[in-house]
Amino acid sequence: MRAVNAITIEEIAKGFKHKKVIQPLNLNIAERKIFGLLGPSGCGKTTLIKMIVGMMKPDTGKITVLDCEVPNEALLSEIGYMAQSDALYTELTGAENLEFFAKLYRLSKKEQRERIQYAAEIVQLTNDLSIRVAYYSGGMKRRLSLAIALVQNPKILILDEPTVGMDPVLKQSIWKELERLKNDEHKTILITTHVMDEAERCDNLAMLREGKIIASGTPAALKTQYGVQTFDEVFLKIVGEL
Amino acid sequence: MRITSLVTRITRQMLRDRRTLALLFFAPLLILTLMYFIFHSEASDLKIVVTGSDENIAEALKQADFQVTVAKHFSKESMAKNNIDGWLQFENGSMKLTLLNDEPSRAKAVQMQLAQGLQGDANNPSIDAHYVYGDADTKIFDIFSPMLVGFFVFFFVFLIAGIALLKERTSGTLERLLVTPIKRYEIVAGYVIGYGLFALIQTIIVVLYAVNVLDIVLVGSIWLVLLTNILVALVALSLGTLLSSFATSEFQMVQFIPLVIVPQIFFTGIFPLDGMADWLQQIGKIMPLYYASDALNGIMYKGLTFAEVVMDLLILLAFAVVFITFNILSLKKYRAL
Repeated sequence: MRAVNAITIEEIAKGFKHKKVIQPLNLNIAERKIFGLLGPSGCGKTTLIKMIVGMMKPDTGKITVLDCEVPNEALLSEIGYMAQSDALYTELTGAENLEFFAKLYRLSKKEQRERIQYAAEIVQLTNDLSIRVAYYSGGMKRRLSLAIALVQNPKILILDEPTVGMDPVLKQSIWKELERLKNDEHKTILITTHVMDEAERCDNLAMLREGKIIASGTPAALKTQYGVQTFDEVFLKIVGEL
Repeated sequence: MRITSLVTRITRQMLRDRRTLALLFFAPLLILTLMYFIFHSEASDLKIVVTGSDENIAEALKQADFQVTVAKHFSKESMAKNNIDGWLQFENGSMKLTLLNDEPSRAKAVQMQLAQGLQGDANNPSIDAHYVYGDADTKIFDIFSPMLVGFFVFFFVFLIAGIALLKERTSGTLERLLVTPIKRYEIVAGYVIGYGLFALIQTIIVVLYAVNVLDIVLVGSIWLVLLTNILVALVALSLGTLLSSFATSEFQMVQFIPLVIVPQIFFTGIFPLDGMADWLQQIGKIMPLYYASDALNGIMYKGLTFAEVVMDLLILLAFAVVFITFNILSLKKYRAL
């Protein structure tokens, strides 16, 4: 397999008012891998992700996704994005939400039907598609958001805390699906989390704290490097609590 | 088409939000009806006193639905004391009318009924009216109802479109939308068409109700009234969505009412503009409702034609175009493209 970078981040920095949220940082995210971005709340994960998607302009530096510099219009179709908050139209049914976004990507009628069915199956919402989102539970809304991120069959998936509010069984099946997407469909997946057992399933990790990358590498390498058994310990050690 | 999918989505959302629909379509009718009754209340039993006349006149006035009292002596003071709406004096063949005018609508009604009741009387000289309170220029419902029609269209469309886009901002769906390849102008166009459809229905309901049920005067063309109100709705829609970007909650959106809506009421002509200071009149000219009222009043009350109100309509259109452009630009905040 070629070791090509799907996302390259060079000397990116971003500040709001008086606070520096992202210190100048570099990051390479390899193609066909699951990359985990770890860190405590408020460390700048979401800000970094929004800059990669092109919703926020960095103060300095350059971001390249699939050899195109962000922002780029063609790129928007190649990125499936799932925000931290469930951005759904609650008056509409699950199917109508999916259909709305599918149409925005200009999928043909046939593709629309296939992709909506596929995405709904993955998140196990097929039987609930005709219900209005207002009546969905928190976990169901999370799953629908994930389905929307998948609907246009993007090359890159950027998921901001996708499994929050999901039960362990569902979480397990979502992870299996993410791994399948990576292996069979050659997707690149960037995921943020602060759940350590999820971090272990990533191919590569970067730990973010106060806008700086304080450690990176494979899960195993990180554990060896810090001489500990679990990820919680790695995390605490880096943060300096252990 | 991306715009169509946006329009479909907005239509679905609106149809499922029954209360908002009811607010949009029926609240204007309710308020309009209320104002109609407030300004027309008790106009049916108008009291009039006749002095120095013969029975024929009194009889004619009774036919014209007045409560007539024939007296020998009468005065302005007793008019005020007994709440008599009109005093008709005949002296040396001339007729003098004194109106109480405590409510302009009643004074106007006395004059109108009097004119009708005395019609065909060859000896009837022109009626010279005097007023106890106020003067002949005092306006009544018929004159400002066209402005009310425009105002309600503006108010409800402004509020509903503004809050709808605000909800889209706060719930994150706008952000989600901008991660798709949709173009900024497509979002604005979708909004204008989607909510424009509902504004159009609202306009039709309000205008038809005002004209057919409340019997508001309509001298000019109803199509012209509809056209004007559609432009009003377009301005309200684009201004509402634009201002919603300066609000962070529904409550803050409501706070725009005293800032944006109320000042405009003062320049609609409900309060006479002529008496205002020059600089105040100039301020009125930056307000969309000033032009809307001018056009609507012209069409409905004075019977002006398209050519005579076209300037007002063009200015309204210009307002809409400017606001829509700003809307497209303001979305840059979310996505550079």
